[in-house]
Amino acid sequence: MTLIREADLGTPAIKSSVLLTVEVDGKTVMVPEGTSVMRAAALTGVTVPKLCASDNLEPFGSCRLCLVEIEGRRGTPASCTTPVEEGMRVTTQTPDLASLRRGVMELYISDHPLDCLTCPANGDCELQDMAGAVGLREVRYGYDGANHLDAPVDDSNPYFDFDPSKCIVCSRCVRACDEVQGTFALNIMGRGFDSTVSAGGTAFVDSECVSCGACVQACPTSTLIEKSVVEQGQPEHSVVTTCAYCGVGCAFKAEMRGNEVIRMMPFKDGKANHGHSCVKGRFAWGYATHSERILSPMIRERITDPWREVSWEEAIGYAASEFKRLQAQYGRDAVGGITSSRCTNEETFLVQKLVRAGFGNNNVDTCARVCHSPTGYGLSATLGTSAGTQDFDSVEQADVVMVIGANPTDAHPVFASQLKRRLRGGARLIVIDPRRIDLVKMPHVQADYHLPLLPGTNVAVINALAHVVVTEGLVDEPYVAERCEPEAFERWRAFIAEERNSPEAVEGATGVPAADLRAAARLYATGGNAAIYYGLGVTEHSQGSTMVMGMANLAMATGNLGRPGVGVNPLRGQNNVQGSCDMGSFPHEFSGYRHVSNDGVRTMFEEAWDVGLETEPGLRIPNMFDAALDGTFKGMYIQGEDLVQSDPNTKHVTAALAAMECVVVHDLFLNETATYAHVFLPGSSFLEKDGTFTNAERRISRVRKAIPPKAGLADWEATMALSNALGYPMTYEHPSEIMDEIARLTPTFAGVSYEKLDRLGSIQWPCNDAAPEGTPVMHEHGFVRGQGLFMVTEYVPTDERTNDRFPLLLTTGRILTQYNVGAQTRRTPNVVWHGEDLLEIHPWDAENRGINDGDLVVVNSRTGETALRAKVSERMQPGVVYTTFHHPDTSANVVTTEFADWATDCPEYKVTAVQVSRTRQRSAWQTEYAATREATTRIAVPAETQP
Amino acid sequence: MVHKANQIALFFASFPREEAIERVADHLRRFWEPRMRRQIIGHVAQGGAGLHELALEAVRRLDAPAPAEQGSGR
Repeated sequence: MTLIREADLGTPAIKSSVLLTVEVDGKTVMVPEGTSVMRAAALTGVTVPKLCASDNLEPFGSCRLCLVEIEGRRGTPASCTTPVEEGMRVTTQTPDLASLRRGVMELYISDHPLDCLTCPANGDCELQDMAGAVGLREVRYGYDGANHLDAPVDDSNPYFDFDPSKCIVCSRCVRACDEVQGTFALNIMGRGFDSTVSAGGTAFVDSECVSCGACVQACPTSTLIEKSVVEQGQPEHSVVTTCAYCGVGCAFKAEMRGNEVIRMMPFKDGKANHGHSCVKGRFAWGYATHSERILSPMIRERITDPWREVSWEEAIGYAASEFKRLQAQYGRDAVGGITSSRCTNEETFLVQKLVRAGFGNNNVDTCARVCHSPTGYGLSATLGTSAGTQDFDSVEQADVVMVIGANPTDAHPVFASQLKRRLRGGARLIVIDPRRIDLVKMPHVQADYHLPLLPGTNVAVINALAHVVVTEGLVDEPYVAERCEPEAFERWRAFIAEERNSPEAVEGATGVPAADLRAAARLYATGGNAAIYYGLGVTEHSQGSTMVMGMANLAMATGNLGRPGVGVNPLRGQNNVQGSCDMGSFPHEFSGYRHVSNDGVRTMFEEAWDVGLETEPGLRIPNMFDAALDGTFKGMYIQGEDLVQSDPNTKHVTAALAAMECVVVHDLFLNETATYAHVFLPGSSFLEKDGTFTNAERRISRVRKAIPPKAGLADWEATMALSNALGYPMTYEHPSEIMDEIARLTPTFAGVSYEKLDRLGSIQWPCNDAAPEGTPVMHEHGFVRGQGLFMVTEYVPTDERTNDRFPLLLTTGRILTQYNVGAQTRRTPNVVWHGEDLLEIHPWDAENRGINDGDLVVVNSRTGETALRAKVSERMQPGVVYTTFHHPDTSANVVTTEFADWATDCPEYKVTAVQVSRTRQRSAWQTEYAATREATTRIAVPAETQP
Repeated sequence: MVHKANQIALFFASFPREEAIERVADHLRRFWEPRMRRQIIGHVAQGGAGLHELALEAVRRLDAPAPAEQGSGR
């Protein structure tokens, strides 16, 4: 294994059908028109010295190292900013050029510390490389002149240092922040010799910097450098793998020294991220070695007992015997399992197989239940498949982007950077969100329309948008006639044209000005390629599935499906939401979304698994809770999911778990659910196992083991051991064998193998004989279901209503630096930016209640109450408050209700009627939590180690 | 359970009555675990208080699932 260093061709690739022939140092190459001389040279294998150029940044021409000679031209132009011309003949090495370059390097080095041997970038420094490349042997100016060598280091960011004494002011960091990340947090302050890189005149940690790492990656010296490299030294080998955070699924190089991760570097060939990253994937991986990781299996008879560390054999044997006992005592259907969107495809496939084949029932569900299950239902009903329609790169061809109920700059930051780049390039933007999210107005991005609807009124808004399309003659009639079921379309057209669906009629309920809504609808329908991107602000409603269908209706009606630049695109919350759904984690269907009652499909699985399978659907997660409280559901195996912190109405969840007799938690940490567990199986982080994740664009990417499992077994091995102990044999030697089985049993994965993934880098399903290298854009030649099906989407207000007692609407979500229940990110320095959940409240609502920024406030709902600090913010609209659910001592889900999507039971996290008031104390629930948390997580000290 | 069944009925209420009833029934068959179907069938047998008319009719069309099987899995 070696350290992977991707080639840098100096300037970005240019797309042009016109090819020009150019000769560089006698070597001929054909390149697209507009290509730089530097890139053309690199393509011939000629390396031109450079410092300010990088092929992920527009050419800048400041360092003056890349000078070349061009036949027939005077002077020595910079190769990075000079485009090739037909027949151009370029020379990159002459005595004059060498002299010029040495002169430039002398100037740089005259103001640079000569501490290469002790510099953390030693061995990975472009300045050092260039000094060697140009043959620098002396600095005629000496080192005693004016310099920046005493400039203080800014070490305020928890992940990287900024040492301006080493800066050559090439502006790569500033340009990376602008062009790659799109945050515009850095600039060059001062003029001439006084020019310095600045994070807006303040310390990095206090600046607008989002710690994506693009500037650190771009820096050619050690001016911006990871603290881990400063402290540990340079890595020596790389393992290419996939990030375990959000649904973007960024490819990373885990840069290693032995079994130690030195840093995570975004992989340039990653097709989801193209070499970019965010603060979580790039830096927040320290949880994997956090001292709170549990590395030994543990059991206890009662949840009030302390945990007892045991061997894997004893823990697995105990769990299996308990599950067998429960099934013998209470019936075959008294147990079940939960797969995780944080685990690999292979692991989720094994857990659902264990439940179906080992337990003999279909009581398997996944955490997608509480996030994107309506996406599956809604897109399947209308288009025929439970997945987003595009690849991320499709956005580069979008003319109009409609973001609904999503906050990509926080939750999907790397895709957000790509989106912002397209918006800066001229695409128009419609934002539909109760909050004024950053995309509404930020540097160089401004939404054309922000429709600030009231939580719970999505369907009314989408219907009103469609009403404008239908009644103003904006339907793409030929498209609909060719691709959609005519009877269903006519029924929908008649429904949607009714006056009660007009923007004016729904304005009172939605709070969206009718004129804005009409204008947004016209823009979406007539602005060229129009693409919808949406998040949990769509799905986590009592009409989540209806809303998904409504978006599909709108896209079909305007012809915005089936080609690049358009589509209906769910932004999946977790890394493997798509994959866990694909793998048959839902209780009613096998992998590939095929119902368990389908005799042909079930027979195929029965033959492959050599076991009879249940024909009836199993319990969903909330059904499991209800059944537990009814006394008919007694045990569950939970892999990689914290039900207590993430599911709604915490008291209901904990009562259900407490009523069970065997709860097996398989996780990295003693999470909140483990409080109610009898068996704890230590999990393996994404760095410790092989497998695959499938991201929001259906892209299957490899997860590669960088270090051995810290607890001894990868998760798939632990599941296999449990299945074997239950009496259902599993004998896989490697996750690739599990993928081979998935491919044999799942038509959309038929062409997927580890060999092909290694060869292609990643694959978007469907991947089969018809599409052997995968499918970037779905529905290109017709919808998967045949004809697109318009569904009538009646707006039905949620039963969760405000009143005098609960006059505000609470909506929940996440922020950039934390992830989901925070189990990972809370155990990293990301807590610097978000150490507690805050309640965002509009100044009017705050003033009416005498609340100041930072005050402790209590949030009451019909379900419960919790106290947290207030953040007064004009991002909110009056009447709506917002919080995150990252911290268990706040536990926003103590407040949320059990109202849920009609079709899928996805909880209505986005609409809870609450009251907010100042308080001096934590809630009773929080007080009890603080008092009991330690007792419920006690681990007994082995007798031989006791004093 | 009644609330959930009524939510389903409300979604399909815009379809022609016969189709709506069948779609509600189909949804219950495809997504509700047998013990849940047994419960709602039992509720309808008791008069079906609180159920939307379409849900009531749909539940009447469901076959009662077999009682839960005793014994171990595999």
